[in-house]
Amino acid sequence: MLTIKNYLRPKTSQEAYDLAQKRSNVILGGMLWLKMQNRRVDTAIDLQDLGLSYIRQEEDGVHIGAMTPLRTLETSPILNELTQGVAAEAVKPIVGVQFRNCATVGGSLYGRFGFSDVLTLFLAWDAQVVLYGAGRMPLSQFVQIPRSRRDLLLEVIVPAQPVRAAYQSQRNSATDFPVLACCVMKVDGVYRCCLGARPGAARCYEDEAHILDGALTEEKAEAFAWWVSERADFGSNMRGSEAYRRLLAVTLVRRCLLALGEE
Amino acid sequence: MEIKLTLNGKPVTASVDADKLLLDFLREQGCLSVKRGCETANCGLCTVLLDGVPVLSCSVLAARAAGHKVQTLEGLQQEAEEFVGFIADQGAEQCGFCNPGFVMNTIALLRENPHPTDAEIRAYLAGNLCRCSGYEGQLRGIRSYLDWKEGKHHG
Repeated sequence: MLTIKNYLRPKTSQEAYDLAQKRSNVILGGMLWLKMQNRRVDTAIDLQDLGLSYIRQEEDGVHIGAMTPLRTLETSPILNELTQGVAAEAVKPIVGVQFRNCATVGGSLYGRFGFSDVLTLFLAWDAQVVLYGAGRMPLSQFVQIPRSRRDLLLEVIVPAQPVRAAYQSQRNSATDFPVLACCVMKVDGVYRCCLGARPGAARCYEDEAHILDGALTEEKAEAFAWWVSERADFGSNMRGSEAYRRLLAVTLVRRCLLALGEE
Repeated sequence: MEIKLTLNGKPVTASVDADKLLLDFLREQGCLSVKRGCETANCGLCTVLLDGVPVLSCSVLAARAAGHKVQTLEGLQQEAEEFVGFIADQGAEQCGFCNPGFVMNTIALLRENPHPTDAEIRAYLAGNLCRCSGYEGQLRGIRSYLDWKEGKHHG
């Protein structure tokens, strides 16, 4: 059961950051995962007064505020134009509209959850994150930072130029967590293949073996899918075994690549 | 702590604990249409509109709603009345426990998209679980309401 002693809405990022340094305090995202925990919180820090719910196009990329709900991401014309609707495809299976109106981009990424569709999408997208304390860094670097280091996630930045993208996930039932999620994007001519729900935090694989050089063919897609599957770390949990995920990865990676080829 | 919000169009001031859920707060305010279901943010029984947007009141602190507008089915009777009869006509309601959540989310759907396709209805209502039916009755009910409305405007 979750118990909260105090509730505060800081007026500045500095105030929120300072409050977040105390181990028993917690920053609220959508609160959906937090609520499931057996935890005593001293002060719940609500960022709703910091103006962190936005999606705006700037010169260096599209900036997405940490408190932007997943539903806003799903319906954003800017993000869906850049990804041919893949931003929406990635988050649509997450429970329901009401859930996605509560869940935030920042909460989904800061948790670095093993089951996260959102992390899978943004890692493939070569996103950067802006933290109040640590500053701007690639999301792939942020994922490696221990959770014990306490910071305040302000926004996520994705490239301003359109990317070729495809997203596939396998679920035991609709709206459940994925057994495996896969997002492939071609960013600046480079294929980025991200596997999420392995079941660890999502990881990105690039074509170091140059299998995909030149025109994309079914044979190359198949070969790259096996190459990724052999290198990726998978685990077992109640949703699927390591062996099942490894085989599933071949199918999802191949399908994503072929979907890119069809566009 | 003291919170002030607008509930179904009326200003409300109340004292709440920091961890009081909006679901519990609303039921204490007499809004018994807001049901406690799964408590894992999966079933949609506790759906309310927060500033016009459907959210799960089991996962929102009452304190977070301070300064905002909250609407429950008690405050949206008129808007609901237009289509709930069509759902009932299809025998879609069996035990009826999921109904307020379904109705609230259907209101949100029709405000956002007045002419949804069947696929759009299914996708929007995917977060509302019903353990009695196979969802087909609800879909038929909403579809027949939309067809009736279309006919009314063109007839």
